[in-house]
Amino acid sequence: MNDDALIFGDQSFSSRLLLGTGKFSDAEVMARAVAASGAQLVTVALRRFDRDRPHDTLLAPLMAMRGVTLMPNTSGARTAEEAIQAARIARELCGSRFVKVEIHPNPRHLMPDPIETFNASRALAADGWIVMPYIPADPVLAKRLEEVGCASVMPLGSAIGSGQGLATSEMLKIIVRESRIPVVVDAGLRAPSQAAAALELGCSAVLVNTAVAAADDPPAMAAAFAQAVAAGRQAWRAGLMAAADEAQASSPLTAFLK
Amino acid sequence: MNLMLNGEPAETSALTVAELVREHVGAQGRVAVVLNDAVVPAASQAATRLSAGDRVELLVFAGGG
Repeated sequence: MNDDALIFGDQSFSSRLLLGTGKFSDAEVMARAVAASGAQLVTVALRRFDRDRPHDTLLAPLMAMRGVTLMPNTSGARTAEEAIQAARIARELCGSRFVKVEIHPNPRHLMPDPIETFNASRALAADGWIVMPYIPADPVLAKRLEEVGCASVMPLGSAIGSGQGLATSEMLKIIVRESRIPVVVDAGLRAPSQAAAALELGCSAVLVNTAVAAADDPPAMAAAFAQAVAAGRQAWRAGLMAAADEAQASSPLTAFLK
Repeated sequence: MNLMLNGEPAETSALTVAELVREHVGAQGRVAVVLNDAVVPAASQAATRLSAGDRVELLVFAGGG
């Protein structure tokens, strides 16, 4: 019985680590990293079929893994309309109810377009999808997305693949304070300590991809992230001490030692 | 007939979407099909006829974050 389940829509999960499947050297390493991570939600993207590139090597091992749910992203979409179409295409391939709305027209920074993302998310949520929008760490946008029925918000830590870490923590604290749906930090994390920090400030989960795929040993790094996410969550639930400007002695300053 | 397949001009003897998928994809697994911006579900592919100049996209999953 899990008293700390992570709930997206009507789906319940025990792992607070979501994993992306991009940039791995091969599908076998990717599958081992997914297994090592304990991730139950795994993202995939769409591409054109190419008869010279066998494609079932990605999907087959993932779909064979018990307890793994695919979450297609709409990466490549530049508009809400394209993102909605991508979601429909993904449903054809795996029957997914989840969609990560990911709309970033400018390839230099891959910053999510808040307007297209809001419009796509509102339409998809109205159509019964479990919508997980990738967004800038904007508290008002996050609340508007909650109000139109998203299952979570996924604010960025820093730019996709940049490894710049949790650059948005002050905004994330505001989002966490105001949100009634899970907050998943997505993008830019590089180290497990950063994932722990995200959970410690009250975020519900993290999504990492490059940090694992680009590590020297991706399955080992995936396992490290899993431990960090669990530690961060436990710390949050245990109630972190308050910080102070001055020293607070651990034992009484007894005069007899003089 | 001539049509556009994944953004490139292509020649096919297929008359339906299902035949085109069999011709181009064969037994290589599941693809999603978009015909002139409309998704063609698997169940409808045998009954969906192609016309010259149609734009067809065949899509699969890839790794992504």
